[in-house]
Amino acid sequence: MRTWFRRVWETDPRRDPNSVVYILLAFFGLTFPIIANVLSGGSPGFLLSVAGDAGVYLLLTLGLNVVVGMAGLLDLGYAAFFAIGAYTYAFIASNHLAVTPLHTALHVPFWIVLIIALFVAASFGVILGAPTLRLRGDYLAIVTLGFGEIVPRVFKNAATWTSGVNGISALDTPVLPFWIQGPWSGDRLEIVQNFKIFDPLAYYVIMLVLVVTCVVLVRNLQNSRMGRAWAAIREDEVAAAAMGVNTVQAKLLAFAIGAAFSGFAGTFYGAKLSLVSPENFGFSVSITVLVMVVLGGMGNIPGVMAGSLLVYYVIFILLPMLPDTATSVANALGLSGLTQSSGDFPGIGEFASRLKFLVFGLILVVVMLVRPEGLLPSRERQQELKKGTHDDTIIEDVQAEVG
Amino acid sequence: MGAVGDAIRRRRSDLRAGLTGRVLDAGLYAVIIAFVVLLATRVADHGQSYLLQILFFALANGAIYALIALGYTMVYGIIELINFAHGDVFAFGAFLSASLIPVFGMSEGMAWGPLTIFQLLGVFVVTMLGCALLNVGIERVAYRPLRHAPRLAPLITAIGVSFFLEGVMFLWKGPSSIHYPDILPDVGFDIFGAHVDIRELTVWIVSIVLVVALALFTDRTRLGKAMRATAQDRDAAQLMGIDIDRTIAATFFIGALLAGAGGIMYGLSYNTSVFDLGFSAGLVAFTAAVFGGIGNIYGAAIGGLVLGLIRTFWDGYFDSAWSDVMIFAILILVLVFRPTGILGMRVPEK
Repeated sequence: MRTWFRRVWETDPRRDPNSVVYILLAFFGLTFPIIANVLSGGSPGFLLSVAGDAGVYLLLTLGLNVVVGMAGLLDLGYAAFFAIGAYTYAFIASNHLAVTPLHTALHVPFWIVLIIALFVAASFGVILGAPTLRLRGDYLAIVTLGFGEIVPRVFKNAATWTSGVNGISALDTPVLPFWIQGPWSGDRLEIVQNFKIFDPLAYYVIMLVLVVTCVVLVRNLQNSRMGRAWAAIREDEVAAAAMGVNTVQAKLLAFAIGAAFSGFAGTFYGAKLSLVSPENFGFSVSITVLVMVVLGGMGNIPGVMAGSLLVYYVIFILLPMLPDTATSVANALGLSGLTQSSGDFPGIGEFASRLKFLVFGLILVVVMLVRPEGLLPSRERQQELKKGTHDDTIIEDVQAEVG
Repeated sequence: MGAVGDAIRRRRSDLRAGLTGRVLDAGLYAVIIAFVVLLATRVADHGQSYLLQILFFALANGAIYALIALGYTMVYGIIELINFAHGDVFAFGAFLSASLIPVFGMSEGMAWGPLTIFQLLGVFVVTMLGCALLNVGIERVAYRPLRHAPRLAPLITAIGVSFFLEGVMFLWKGPSSIHYPDILPDVGFDIFGAHVDIRELTVWIVSIVLVVALALFTDRTRLGKAMRATAQDRDAAQLMGIDIDRTIAATFFIGALLAGAGGIMYGLSYNTSVFDLGFSAGLVAFTAAVFGGIGNIYGAAIGGLVLGLIRTFWDGYFDSAWSDVMIFAILILVLVFRPTGILGMRVPEK
């Protein structure tokens, strides 16, 4: 423990900011309920609930980071596994199966479904990955893109089983065997048994535990024999195979683990929302998670976590706030005429909400141009980039000599 | 002895490779035959003229997909980037031409004289050039600086540019779908009970002209040769004195010319457009490019036609809610059974 502190203390954060980011994330995660309480003036429910949703994306990002960042496989249909996880929970933990041709409802406890969904999603990952992982990298991206488009459409069209566009609602509320209530939830201090989770704080705590578990898991994976095999495949597949790495097996495992994380996150998402609908698992979800991974700095766990939280904040909090902010700024500046629609101009609030796509696109382009390696890249990758991995440097040298 | 052993071993591995290849091809053929049989059972119910009508629609749809797919395949062939913004350039073509039609003095229900053709031609030229310049600009700003960056970085900027273009169109015309002026006259003729409209005719003629022009361009001109050389080996091409930046910019320029033409013809045929039109059309066109063997322009043209046929026939004879599922299932099956696409040309591994 002491040596650990010493090591962290002596690392220059400019050279290796990872420990600092971990500490900041941990501190922020633990104190967030208090911060939310202060910020919202005593009713932190909404903020905690938002944080829970951000946690879902954090899990997705950690999972996709295994596939994209560690093993170097591009997955453009990651939301498919998310949907599979959520629908698994919807099928076996609600009254829904009673209205399908099966006519018997199942109510499996949340904690067991978490494990089941993990395996269901991983199996789908294996089924999809086994025939396609022998293909070149880009083709895998395309296959996953196709799969990601198919899955939500199947859930949407197979209406006898899934209620189609309306989705499945009234999913079971997760039940904890015991829970401590206290002044923070407005009750007196006591231990409750079979506690039904409605409280956002409880979801937040569960989420925190899940995320921490997953981070530990992924970190250990990265430092394991398999993690080194993934890195070898990512850098040079032929060389990895020549060194005795079973590339197909390693890639399949990465793909399945990524899918499992997604299924895991899907179950939590379904349980928290108590509703699943095919609209929630489109291409935009896959792209959002991919953006989180790449923007954060692929392959670097604290990097992708920071990227995930940042992108989540921008997409789900900052951009939806734009219209109101623009309206109030216009009012404060005495330009209240701008808030009305006139002719082609739809009013500044509506204008700002239409600006959403444009601003997000612009952010993506600018951040990638400024930092193509991501905000917090792993040190290995940063160095590779500085040296230049492309042979063009030679040609540029030649050109410099000639002309 | 060793030589004989080697020969036997080689013969065995050849056999095995041949066998797997044949089994995989057989799987693909089985899928195709199953689809055709399924279709045949339905075709008999609807009659011959319906079949012919669907075929005409399908060829027009397929031609539009082919025009978009060509841009995807050319860009992928030369810089190995899935240019997500390309579908939005196509949609931008539809939006731009919708605004240009009144500028060129055309309106719905106007009288058609011999000069009107030139007005329409003017719309085509200006829109195509507009899209081409836009695409070259995108390449310059968002892709060229990242040519030596990690492979995923330009993909993310491509997605960013796609959002940006959708945002621009959203800001321009709002969230609902716009009406595209219906300017083509109501003429056409009947063959075997099926109607061929001026819209389908326009699409066929323009696409054939453009694809032939593109084929001639890549085969016969110096710049076309430079594009092929750059696609094959960028470094070697550069050492031979080819200006890589110019060649890549030219590729984006030509790809967007075709997409712009596709956008106009989409508008003229369907009389509607929406800000995120490019997303779904782009996905299908991209599938077409992969289907034909990505990087191969003939493959993209054929892939576009085939996908148009599959999609329109599915919509005509089966439940159209499942047509996207069908398209993407085909994409996955093709990649599993014949990863190099139907034309079977090999993209060099880089």
